Amino acid sequence: MLSRVADSIYWLNRYIERAENVARFVDVNLNLLLDSPSDVTQQWEPLVLTTGDLPLFRKSYGEASAEAVIHFLAFDSNNPNSILSCLQFARENARSVREIISSEMWEQVNAFYLMVKDTAQICPSHHQMSEFFSQVKLSSHLFAGVMDATMTHNEGWNFGQIGRLLERADKTARILDVKYFILLPSIGDVGTTLDQLQWMALLKSASAYEMYRKCGQHRITPTGVAEFLILSREFPRSTRFCLLQAERSLQQITGTPIGTWRSPVERTLGRLRSDLDYLTIDDIVQTGLHEFLDALQSQMNEIDSKIYDTFFALEAVS
Amino acid sequence: MRFFDYDPGDFYDELFVDKGQPRPESVPLIERINSLPEGELLRRQEAAQIAFFKMGITFNVYGDGQGTERIFPFDIIPRILAAHEWDYLERGLKQRIQALNLFLSDIYHDQKIVKDGLIPLDLIYSASGFLEPCIGLNPPEGIWCHITGTDLVRDRDGRWYVLEDNLRCPSGVSYVLENRRVMKSTFPLVFNTMPIQPVEEYPSHLLETLLNLAPAHLLDPTVVVLTPGIYNSAYFEHSFLAQQMGVELVEGRDLVVVDGYLQMRTTKGLKRVDVIYRRVDDIFIDPLTFRPDSLLGIPGLMDVYRAGRVGIANALGTGVADDKVIYAYVPQMIRYYLGEDPILENVPTYLCWEPEQQSHVLSNLDKLVVKSANESGGYGMLIGPHATPLEREVFAEKIQAAPRNYIAQPTLCLSRVPVIAQDLIEGCHVDLRPYILYGKDIFVNPGGLTRVALKKGSLVVNSSQGGGSKDTWVVCKS
Repeated sequence: MLSRVADSIYWLNRYIERAENVARFVDVNLNLLLDSPSDVTQQWEPLVLTTGDLPLFRKSYGEASAEAVIHFLAFDSNNPNSILSCLQFARENARSVREIISSEMWEQVNAFYLMVKDTAQICPSHHQMSEFFSQVKLSSHLFAGVMDATMTHNEGWNFGQIGRLLERADKTARILDVKYFILLPSIGDVGTTLDQLQWMALLKSASAYEMYRKCGQHRITPTGVAEFLILSREFPRSTRFCLLQAERSLQQITGTPIGTWRSPVERTLGRLRSDLDYLTIDDIVQTGLHEFLDALQSQMNEIDSKIYDTFFALEAVS
Repeated sequence: MRFFDYDPGDFYDELFVDKGQPRPESVPLIERINSLPEGELLRRQEAAQIAFFKMGITFNVYGDGQGTERIFPFDIIPRILAAHEWDYLERGLKQRIQALNLFLSDIYHDQKIVKDGLIPLDLIYSASGFLEPCIGLNPPEGIWCHITGTDLVRDRDGRWYVLEDNLRCPSGVSYVLENRRVMKSTFPLVFNTMPIQPVEEYPSHLLETLLNLAPAHLLDPTVVVLTPGIYNSAYFEHSFLAQQMGVELVEGRDLVVVDGYLQMRTTKGLKRVDVIYRRVDDIFIDPLTFRPDSLLGIPGLMDVYRAGRVGIANALGTGVADDKVIYAYVPQMIRYYLGEDPILENVPTYLCWEPEQQSHVLSNLDKLVVKSANESGGYGMLIGPHATPLEREVFAEKIQAAPRNYIAQPTLCLSRVPVIAQDLIEGCHVDLRPYILYGKDIFVNPGGLTRVALKKGSLVVNSSQGGGSKDTWVVCKS
């Protein structure tokens, strides 16, 4: 398969997944606020802080109000990670490979893009946004489903899977990180109802609440939530699950047997995945959750850049 | 909305002989439309437009800055061609392509047609599509123009004329196929009752034509479609054709010349390419041979091509015959190379480089259409009867400054087809672009693209100038 085409399918999936997760991000905050006592000041800055877009945000908006942050993350075309930008990039990528992907996939990306673009034009009010974010999540799921059911599970499909799974692994880690930056009114509130409600809201925004309740440890504790979202082997949005699946797709592409490696990307991904296989949540807590998530994210960035070097780089052949 | 009040007026109408009197081959369609409940035709028209929008079948407009995408407007009332008419066009087109191909081969080799005094040498060398590096080239089986999209029009009296030959990278065939797909769901009953010739074979014929170019000893040659990229106005078509043929769609940056072969960069290393259907203009295709600033091409491709290690369709250098001055000589080419009388006529053409013809043109600017010899897409032209005195003056100066670059033709009154306009049906001017493939044999896809000038009274049908399209039905004898 052409390197450029593989690259485009990879990014098509990353951008769709990114749009979905931005919607989840904002949703977690909207949910948190609904449960907060009215005297607690709204905290919106953590959202742009965790996505790493704070400098860009400050430059064009200054103060982090609800309206400003939501607009920035959803519809600002100057923000390369806004939902609108993600859909624009996703569609560009899809357009450049539309003869490779199925027509149904293309039509779904196109419809998704048109929905976001049309919504951006009408400047929806606060309460309409919640409906919009559900639409975004649903459209992303639709795309993944259409791709799964209509495209041959070949090399291109596997590159798409890797793109989606790496993006999801990264964003689940970041959603967890949002809680780190959300301050409780006082240190004494740790472990209170408010704290508890915040963790529940967080689980919900990763569609993990019900599954968490079913997984054996019914009580909601910070370490329990972190363990579930990072280390679950079976929950499809947990970081470990995503990396496990991404590794499978990578092996489908390269044909290297499990547990061995030939290219640097197989080694980096395999190593990170096996780390997660043998880590316990206590190890993570000991490192510090935020520090651990930070390190995890930079390892995932490294995987992305090695995928590029191994499969997509178009440097002149000498 | 019905046809009862539709008046073809003082024009040649493709569906009607006269008011209330459809041509025999259109009767079943007109009856069907007249039997639809009120509002149903408009509803189907809207459904068809939405289908195009959802499928994302769009084109980009040049000079728009933003690379804005538009939908090629589509009108669901088809244009219908009777079988005997199509037979005539098909014969005429095959003859013309054969002669043009012999001409291309001749001028890049012995130039007999020049030596025998039919065409002056400097006209050929001054045609922008003439490429000196192509002299002496021997494309496989002597075929140069594999894919042609000839523009035909008919005048008020119903006579057909060839307007342009388009031997480089004619576009639009994807709309023929997509229009038909949409039409089948728009008028399913009509397709059951009328013997409409299918158009869906085109991709298979195109693939055969391309495979015919691969070096003979190869068992499983690799064919690719070369596109300038997603910002090109015809990008949809490039990807559509690659998809329909099941071949790879590549950009210049995917390709590289290594070890004397053309190769593409894949996730598993380099892979040899044997045939390119190029949708990139000749002069951009190899920066080492042609335009050094081209980013779309592949350095060194020309050497691989000359060595016969890659087939290219169309061959490089075919653009010389798209020059509108050279076009004027096609009837002579047919007589010269084939010894036959041309079946299809050219539009009478005045060549401004000939002093006598130039003075005729200058004194009749208000009646003529003046065209620049090397432009297409409806750019760089003057429609005399519709122009202001100032515009005509500007063109007169241009003609005198560079007579070689201009030709003039009488203003034809293009035939019309009924079009749905808001809440009534009115006649709009059309042309016809059939697609001709030259492989082992010459194949003409039945029908072609009917482009329609949707602006009322307008004669310009190009998509970049507000034109739309219609499905074209060749109705066989039943």
